[in-house]
Amino acid sequence: MAGMPIARADVAHLARLSRLALGDEELDHLAGQLDQIIAAVDRVQEVAAEGIPPTSHALPMTNVFRDDVVVPPLGADQVLSQAPAVERQRFRVPRILSED
Amino acid sequence: MDSELTRMTASGLAAAIAAGQVSAAEVTEAHLARIDRVDPRVHAFLHIAADGARAAARAVDERRAAGAALGPLAGVPLALKDVFTTQDMPTTCGSRILDGWLPPYDATVTRRLRQAGVVVLGKTNMDEFAMGSSTENSAFGPSRNPWDLSRVPGGSSGGSSAAVAAFEAPLGIGTDTGGSIRQPAAVCGVVGVKPTYGGSSRYGVVAFASSLDSPGPLARTVLDAALLHEVMSGHDPLDATSIDAPVPPVVAAARQADVSGLRIGVVTELSGDGYQPGVLARFGEAVELLESLGAKIVDVSCPHFSYALPAYYLIAPSECSSNLARFDGMRYGLRVGDDGTRSAEEVMALTRAEGFGAEVKRRIMLGTYALSSGYYDAYYGKAQQVRTLITRDFEAAFEQVDVLVSPTTPTTAFPIGERADDPLAMYLADLCTIPSDLAGNAALSVPCGLAPEDGLPVGLQIMAPVLADDRCYRVAAAVEAALEQRAGRPLLDAAAGLDEHSEGERHD
Repeated sequence: MAGMPIARADVAHLARLSRLALGDEELDHLAGQLDQIIAAVDRVQEVAAEGIPPTSHALPMTNVFRDDVVVPPLGADQVLSQAPAVERQRFRVPRILSED
Repeated sequence: MDSELTRMTASGLAAAIAAGQVSAAEVTEAHLARIDRVDPRVHAFLHIAADGARAAARAVDERRAAGAALGPLAGVPLALKDVFTTQDMPTTCGSRILDGWLPPYDATVTRRLRQAGVVVLGKTNMDEFAMGSSTENSAFGPSRNPWDLSRVPGGSSGGSSAAVAAFEAPLGIGTDTGGSIRQPAAVCGVVGVKPTYGGSSRYGVVAFASSLDSPGPLARTVLDAALLHEVMSGHDPLDATSIDAPVPPVVAAARQADVSGLRIGVVTELSGDGYQPGVLARFGEAVELLESLGAKIVDVSCPHFSYALPAYYLIAPSECSSNLARFDGMRYGLRVGDDGTRSAEEVMALTRAEGFGAEVKRRIMLGTYALSSGYYDAYYGKAQQVRTLITRDFEAAFEQVDVLVSPTTPTTAFPIGERADDPLAMYLADLCTIPSDLAGNAALSVPCGLAPEDGLPVGLQIMAPVLADDRCYRVAAAVEAALEQRAGRPLLDAAAGLDEHSEGERHD
């Protein structure tokens, strides 16, 4: 629930969800800071906002469409030029499925 | 000659180039030489594109020689924040995870600068992924404030503000998500503008918080900022949030520089405890000055502005946690730990842990928390409602007045290191700038003097309704002209950090 202090185990869970492999020391440091920050942002709870619609974007938005004009795409060499690893004109990535 | 050229305004340089009094090539060489002399101390730039700049300048000189009409900023050098993609220069966003990344395309802003004949000198330092108020979150070391090299130049666009203040470039471009143009402009004594959200394109701007990110100009004069504003802005079909309307007449407004009859509201909530006395003193004088110039001054209350900071630190991290998920070490950028035994997911987590700095990790985790099931309504949902209330505060205020004013930041530039590991203290630097980001309206910071206690610049913030950016320029130009007339010289002439006699010495 909102307003509760954040536990060390919660911070470790957040790190996993965020795909951040953090060491114990870093987790300890972050746990203290996140707890302080969450206590500070918790002030939004004070605002009486019942019935107030949420704003997700600064200005009113509607879908925008453009003509479907065919333009030359980036070439494979260009797309792959910044890749950490390439194999036979493809991005080479570590294994995605587990063995079992 | 070189130092004369680097002291000139952008509009002055463009006029001299167009008239054939000086070549674009000479102007570029003068600025590259200045960068060589002072940037080892200021560290405004992450990448200097000397060859590209020379080629761009030569092209302007050739077009002029061929009798072609030149744009209003043709041949003028510019410092570009390293968050805009550039095909011929690395784009790192101040992050290890993008160290050396060469994007395959130009941002719309980059493309428009090139088309206008603006000479991009290089890419400027920034807080990593634009998260911070000091440039201390850059993976490549902080930039320094030209007024006092032991202090921060603000952030996140601190490299661009420092470059402009140090006379390394007459123009800079930044992005403003919570104050990242206006706050560095204020603490470096230059002009910085956050246009109306959607007024300038986000295409090719590496995303931090998509509903807030606003590219905008930095310059030493209000007119120069307006000229750059017009060149870089306008509808872009490549950005779905780009406004399909004419750019507000900001250049005409900067030339008008007249506030007679204008109704100006002083926001009562943006003052008081936590504000440096010298900041409040200069702000109060600026308000008196505006009154003496014929403006009508009233106090205006915006009761929900006190909740802007907490709402922002839920909304921006939430969007950041989603946007930065793309940095996974698979298609570009850093990859760590790929030794053949680890899974893609393990490599991803190792890459992100090593590639991101502390503040980016804090915000990703905070955003992940705020968006988690069970917390979403209490945090992200509530913050979005507060965002509505802040927008309504602005709407109510703009029924009574034409513009609102406040200090741009609660304090002048703080010492490097003072807030580096105290996130909440750092966040306070954006206390006054965040409301306009949440509401999406236009806002500008213009220098309004030096704080007596430390001799450092103070910024006056002017906020105007959506698509009324021109009103900010009108007020700022009036303040600038009156203050310069009073002092007999531009404010930046008082900057002591880079005295000619100390040039060539390294600052430790």
